[in-house]
Amino acid sequence: MHAVYSAIFEPGFFASPQVHVAATIGGLVAIVSAVTGVFTVMRGQSFGGHALGDVSAAGGAGALLVGLSPVAGFVGLGIVGAGVMDTIGVRRLRGRDLATGIVLGTAIGLSALFLHLTTTTGATTGATQQVLFGSIFTAPAGIVPVVAALGVVALVAIGVVYRPLQLTTVSPDVAAARGIPVRLIGLAYMLALAVSVGLSSLAIGAILSTALLIGPAAVALRLTRRTGRAIGLACLIGVVMTWLGILLAYDSFYWGTSRQSLPVSFFIVALVFASYLATGLPAVRRTVR
Amino acid sequence: MFATSFMMNAWITATVVAVVAGVVGYFVVLRGSAFPAHAIPKGAFAGAAGAALIGVSTLLGLAVFALLGALGIGTLGRRGRNDVATALTLVMMLALGAAFLSRTTQYEPEVYSLLFGEVLGVSSSQILPVALLGVVCICAIAVVYRPLMLSSVVPEVAEARGIRTQRIEMLFLIILALATAMTVPVVGALLIFSLMIGPPAAARSLTSRPLLAMLLSIGIALATVWVAIAIAYLYNWPVGFCVGGLGALSYGIGRGWAAWRRSRTAVAESGPVPLLNPSVR
Repeated sequence: MHAVYSAIFEPGFFASPQVHVAATIGGLVAIVSAVTGVFTVMRGQSFGGHALGDVSAAGGAGALLVGLSPVAGFVGLGIVGAGVMDTIGVRRLRGRDLATGIVLGTAIGLSALFLHLTTTTGATTGATQQVLFGSIFTAPAGIVPVVAALGVVALVAIGVVYRPLQLTTVSPDVAAARGIPVRLIGLAYMLALAVSVGLSSLAIGAILSTALLIGPAAVALRLTRRTGRAIGLACLIGVVMTWLGILLAYDSFYWGTSRQSLPVSFFIVALVFASYLATGLPAVRRTVR
Repeated sequence: MFATSFMMNAWITATVVAVVAGVVGYFVVLRGSAFPAHAIPKGAFAGAAGAALIGVSTLLGLAVFALLGALGIGTLGRRGRNDVATALTLVMMLALGAAFLSRTTQYEPEVYSLLFGEVLGVSSSQILPVALLGVVCICAIAVVYRPLMLSSVVPEVAEARGIRTQRIEMLFLIILALATAMTVPVVGALLIFSLMIGPPAAARSLTSRPLLAMLLSIGIALATVWVAIAIAYLYNWPVGFCVGGLGALSYGIGRGWAAWRRSRTAVAESGPVPLLNPSVR
C-alpha cells in the first residue's frame, strides 16, 4: 500500500513549498479562467482570448525593459489591447477576426522590439523564453495575493453583467430588442477577459493561459448546455487538470534515469487536450444527450 | 546594402516570402482564417525544437508540425467549434515544443530568431527550398482558384454547385502549412502572421475586385518587407518589429482611405451608399 502511495506521490511532494505555491496559483487561475472561458467559448472568441495572452506578454516584455512591475505590464497592455480590438472590431464575425489579427500582429511586433532591446542591453538572459512560455514552478510566493485580487476583479466583473452577458451571448438580437446595451456588455466582458488572461499569462505562462481558458470550458460545454452548470463543471475540470499536471510534472523527475523533469505546461495541456478528444467521441456524446 | 552576398540572399528570400504571403494572405483575410494563420506557424515552431532534439533539418521539423497542425485544425474543427479546435491544437503543439525544449539546451539561442525572424541570416542554400515551396504554394492556389474563391465568398452557393467546402478548407489549411514551413526560418513564426493579415486587409479595403486586390496585396507585402529589411539593416532594429508595425500601419491607411472614399461617394451621389466592401466594414 505504501509503495503504491509513494509511487503516485513521489517523496516530498506535499512538503515542497514550490508545489504549494504552484498549486495555489494554478488553482486560482484555473477557476478564473474557467469562468471567463465558458463565455469565451460560447461567444466564439477563442482567438481573442488567445491573442490577449500574447498582447499581455508584449506588455510584460515592455515592463521588463523599462523596469516597471510585470503585473502592470501584463494587465495594462492586455486591457489596452482588448479596448482596441473592441473599438476597431465591427460586429461581423470576420471583422472581429481581422481586428484581433491586426492587434495581435502589432503586439507581436512590439514584443520583438522590446525583447530585442532587452537582450541587447544584456539585462536578462532567457527573457524570450520566460515571456513566451513562463512556468508555474518559477512563480514567486509573493505573487499569490496579486493573482487572487485580480482574479476577484475579473470574477466580480463577470458576476455583475452575468444575466445580460448570457443573453447577449446566446442571442444578441433579442438582447438588443430588450434594450440591453449589447456593445457595452461586450466591452465589459472583453475587459474582464483581458484581466483574466493577463494574470494567467503572467502567473502560468502564455501556453497554459490559453489552454486553461479554452480547454475546460469547451469540455464542460460538450457535457452540458446550461451556462451555470457548465461554469461549475469547467472550474472543477480546470482545477483537477492543473493539480494532476503539477503532480505528474513533479513525479516525472523520478522517471527514467535522466533526473530531469518535463514541464508542467506539457502535462496540463496534454490532459486538457485528451479530455477534449474523449468528450468528442460519439459514444460519450450519445450518453450525454 | 546590396553589395554583400548575405544581403542579396535576404532580398531574394524576402521577396519570395512576400509574394506568397500576399497571395495566401488574401484568402486568409477573405475566409476569416486569421486564427489558423496564427496558430499553424506558431505551433510549427515547436517542430523546429523537435528537429533540433533528434538532429534532423529544421525545415523538415517545421513542415511536419505545420502539416500536423493543419490536419488537427481541419479534423477537429469539422465537428464542434472551429476556433476552439484551433486554440487547443495550438496549445498542444506548443506544449510539445516546451517538452522538447526542456530536453535540449543547444536550441535556446535559436528561439528568438525562429520566433521573430532572422532574415539577415539566410544562407544561399536556403534559397532554393524556400523558392520551391513558394512555387508549390502559388501553383496550388492557382489550381483550386475558382472553387476556393467561391467557397470563401459564398459558401452556400459553392455547396449548391457541388463543391465540397470541407475538402477545400482542408486543402487551404495544407497550403497555409506549406507557406508556413517556408517562411518561418526567414521572417519568424510570429511575423509571417502580420504579413498575411496587414497587407491583404489593406488591399481589400482599397478595392473589391479579387485579382486587383491580390496584386495590391502582393505589392503592399513587398513594400513592407523591403522597407523592413532596409530599416533593420540601417538601424539594427529587429525585422519583426518593422514588419508588424508596417502591417498594422498599412491596414490603418487602407481603412482610412475606404472611409474617406465612402463619405465622398455618399455626398456626391446622395443616393444609397454603395456597399464597397461588405466584409471589411
